Amino acid sequence: MSNANTQPTGVEEEIHYLELDQMIEKEFNNDKENLIMILQAIQRRYNYLPRPALSYVSEKLSIPYSRIYEVSTFYSTFSLEPRGRNIISICTGTACHVRGADRIKEHIETSLKIKDGETTEDKRYTLESVRCIGCCSLGPVVKINEDMHGRIATDEIKNVLNQYE
Amino acid sequence: MNIQSVKDLELIKKEYRLKLNLPDTVKVNIGMASCGIAAGARETFNAAKETFADNDSIDICQTGCIGYCEVEPLVEILAKGKPRVMFKKVTSDKIVDIIHGYMDNDFSDKKIKKHILGQIRDPRSLLEEDMANPQEQVDPIEGIPFLEDIPFFKGQVKIALRNCGYMDPDSIEEYFGKQGYIAFLDALHNAKPQEIITAVKESGLRGRGGGGFPTGIKWATCAKHDGQRSIICNADEGDPGAYMDRSILEGDPHSVIEGMLIAGLAIGSSLGFIYVRNEYPLAVKRLVTAIKQATAYGLLGDNIAGTKFCFKIKISTGAGAFVCGESTALMASLEGKVGRPKAKYVHTVEKGFRDQPTNLNNVETYANVPAIILKGAPWYASFGTDNSKGTKAFSLVGKVRNTGLLEVPMGIPLKDIVFSLGEGLPGKKKFKAVQTGGPSGGCIPEALMDTPVDYQQLASVGSIMGSGGMIVMDENTCMVDVARYFLDFLKDESCGQCNPCREGIKQSLDILTAICEGEGKEGDIELLEELGVMIQRFSLCGLGTAAPNPVLTTIKYFREEYESHIRDKKCKAGVCKNLFMYEIDEDACTGCTICAKKCPQNAITGTKKEPHVLDQDKCIKCGICYDACKFDAIVIK
Repeated sequence: MSNANTQPTGVEEEIHYLELDQMIEKEFNNDKENLIMILQAIQRRYNYLPRPALSYVSEKLSIPYSRIYEVSTFYSTFSLEPRGRNIISICTGTACHVRGADRIKEHIETSLKIKDGETTEDKRYTLESVRCIGCCSLGPVVKINEDMHGRIATDEIKNVLNQYE
Repeated sequence: MNIQSVKDLELIKKEYRLKLNLPDTVKVNIGMASCGIAAGARETFNAAKETFADNDSIDICQTGCIGYCEVEPLVEILAKGKPRVMFKKVTSDKIVDIIHGYMDNDFSDKKIKKHILGQIRDPRSLLEEDMANPQEQVDPIEGIPFLEDIPFFKGQVKIALRNCGYMDPDSIEEYFGKQGYIAFLDALHNAKPQEIITAVKESGLRGRGGGGFPTGIKWATCAKHDGQRSIICNADEGDPGAYMDRSILEGDPHSVIEGMLIAGLAIGSSLGFIYVRNEYPLAVKRLVTAIKQATAYGLLGDNIAGTKFCFKIKISTGAGAFVCGESTALMASLEGKVGRPKAKYVHTVEKGFRDQPTNLNNVETYANVPAIILKGAPWYASFGTDNSKGTKAFSLVGKVRNTGLLEVPMGIPLKDIVFSLGEGLPGKKKFKAVQTGGPSGGCIPEALMDTPVDYQQLASVGSIMGSGGMIVMDENTCMVDVARYFLDFLKDESCGQCNPCREGIKQSLDILTAICEGEGKEGDIELLEELGVMIQRFSLCGLGTAAPNPVLTTIKYFREEYESHIRDKKCKAGVCKNLFMYEIDEDACTGCTICAKKCPQNAITGTKKEPHVLDQDKCIKCGICYDACKFDAIVIK
C-alpha cells in the first residue's frame, strides 16, 4: 500500500520519552482514536517513525504493536526509515501528470541517483511522489519541505534543488 | 463575548460590512490560499507590509482565492468612493508600484496596466442582497473591463465559494460581515429540526463529494436512528486534480463549520468531526483558528446561544490514503484504525462511527447549507436541472488556458466550461478529452462535449460528477497512458481486502503497462473490458466498483489509440517512450540552437541558422527540446 513497507529500522534513535509521554497525554488525551495523529506528531519530531517510539506508544495506549505496524504501513505518509534533511515531494496528481510530472520525476531520479521513496547517501534528499497537493493550476508542482515550486521545468530542477542543503 | 441571537450579530455585521466594503483606508487584499502562496503571494504580502509599515492609510490584508489560479498572485485594491480593482500576477517586485498607481488613479502606465484583471461592479455575494451595492455610486474606470464580464467569470454563480477571496479566512468577524452564522442562529431559535431537514430536502442538494446522494434524505434517515449521532465532514479530498474543498477550507472555513452546526441541529447531534488531509497544512491551520474563534463567541461548545444545543468539532488529520474518502473507511480511520471499507449491509446513518448513527457530508455540501437556510430551498432549487439542483464547484486544470476554480449552475454544457470560461487550450494544440470524476470517473471526448454537467447525464456517458475535478487533455496526452496512470494510482490505493479490486486492478495495470511499453497483443483490449466489468460488478466498495471507469471510457471513445499502440506500436501523443521518437523537421528548423543548448544528453548538434540533427542513440526522450522549440520543428514520429 505505501512506499514504507520495510521492516522498522534497527538504528537506535535517541528518543525523548518524557516529551513523548506528555504529548500523548496532554495533546492527545491518551486516546486510542488519536493514534494516527500521534504517529504524525512523532514523524514531525523525528522525521520518521523510530521503532522504540512505536513500542512506547504501544505500551502507553495498550494497542498491540502489530496494529501500530499495520497503521504505519497502511498510510502513505509514514516512513519507518530515517529520511533525508530535505523531502522532495513530487506531485503526481492528474493535472501534473498530463503536464509532464513523470519527466520531472525521472529527471530528479537520474540526477540524484535515487528512486521514488529513497534517500540519497549523504542524507541530503529524500524523494517521494505524492498524490495531488491541490495546486493543480500550477502543475507540474514539486514541493520541497514546505516550499511549493509551481510550473517547474526540467531544466530548472538543478537550480531549485541546489537551494536546499 | 457570547453571541446569543441574530440581533447580537447585527452590530458586528454592520461594522465589518463597512470595513470590507467602504474602508477608511486603502485596503489591499492579497489572495493567500496555497495556490497563491505557491505563486509568490507570501513574498508579495511581505513586501507590501514592509514598505507600508508606517503608513496608516494603507491596510494590507489576506484573503482566500477567487479561483483564477492561472494569473496568481491576485491582489484586489479598494477604497471608499473609488472603484475596486483586481490585479493579476502581482509578484513582490510589482506590488508597491501597483498600490501607488491605484492611489494616484494612474491606470494607464504600462507597468500597471498589464497587471489589471478587471474592476468589480458589485462585490456582494448572493447572500448579501439586504445591502445596497457599495459600488453603486462609484464611477467605473474607463477602458477596464468588469470582472464579471471576463470569460473566466462570465456565467459563474458562486454559492459554495461565495466568500472565497473576498474576506480574511482568519477573521470570524469578517465572516459575520458576510452574513455568517445568521442562518444558524435563526434556525437555532426559530426552526424545528424537521423544518431544517425539509428545507434541505426541498433544495434538492445532493452530496458534492462524488456520490451525489440527496443530502436531506441522508439527514432525515440519520435523525431517525437513536444513539449518539455524529456529524462528520469529509475533507479528505483525494481525487487528484481536484481542490475545491481545499479552497473552501482555506478561504472560508466558517461556512463549513456553520453548515455542520446546522446539520447537528437538524439531526440532533453534539459531536462534530472534520477529517482533513494532512497534505493541506494551511487548511488545517485555518480550521483550527476558525474553531477557536467560533468557540470564543460561544457558537461552538455547550449551551450555544443560551439554548440546550451543544456542539463541538474535533479535527482529525488523514495520513494519505485515497480509500479513506469512502465513508466507512474514513470512519475507521477516525477511530485510529486502518481505513478499510466495510460492506454496507447496514448503512452508516444507522451504524457508522463508533457503531453509532453518523451523518457524513463533504466540505462543499456543508458550505452550501447556510445559503440554503438563509435564502430558502426554492431559491437554491431555482438553479440547476431537474435532478441536479444548485451549483457545483469545479477545478478546471490540465491543458487549458484558464486554469482555476469555478462554480457554475448545474446543467451547463461541458464545452461552455472548457471553451468559454476556460477559453480553450493554450497554443495551437488540439483538444482531445476532458476527464471528470478523478480516478473513478471517465474521459469524455470532443463529440460529447455538449453533455450538460448533471449527475445523470455524466453517468450516461460513462463518467461521474465526482468531487469536481475537470482535467483537460490535448493531443499530447496519450489516453492509454491516462488509463494506465489511474490504475497505477488505484493499485497503490486499493486497500487490498477484496479480490476483484486488488487483483483485477493489478492484472489490468499489467496489461496496460505492456501496451504502453510496446508489448501489447491482440485480445488485450477485450481482456481489459472483461476484467473491467468483473471489477465493477464484484468489488466491495465504491473505489473498486468505479476503478475500471477510466479504462472502459478510454477504450470506448479512444479505441483507435489502443489499436495503434498494439498493432502499429505507435504512440502518436508522444508519451509512451518505446513507441515514438523525436525528429527534427529540417524545413521548420531555423537553427536557433535553443534545443542543442538545452539537451541534457548533447544529442542535438548543428551550426547556427542551419537545420540541426538529433542523434537517436543518445536521445532519452525527455521532451526538453520539444517544449523549448518555438518553431514546431521538433516532431513526434
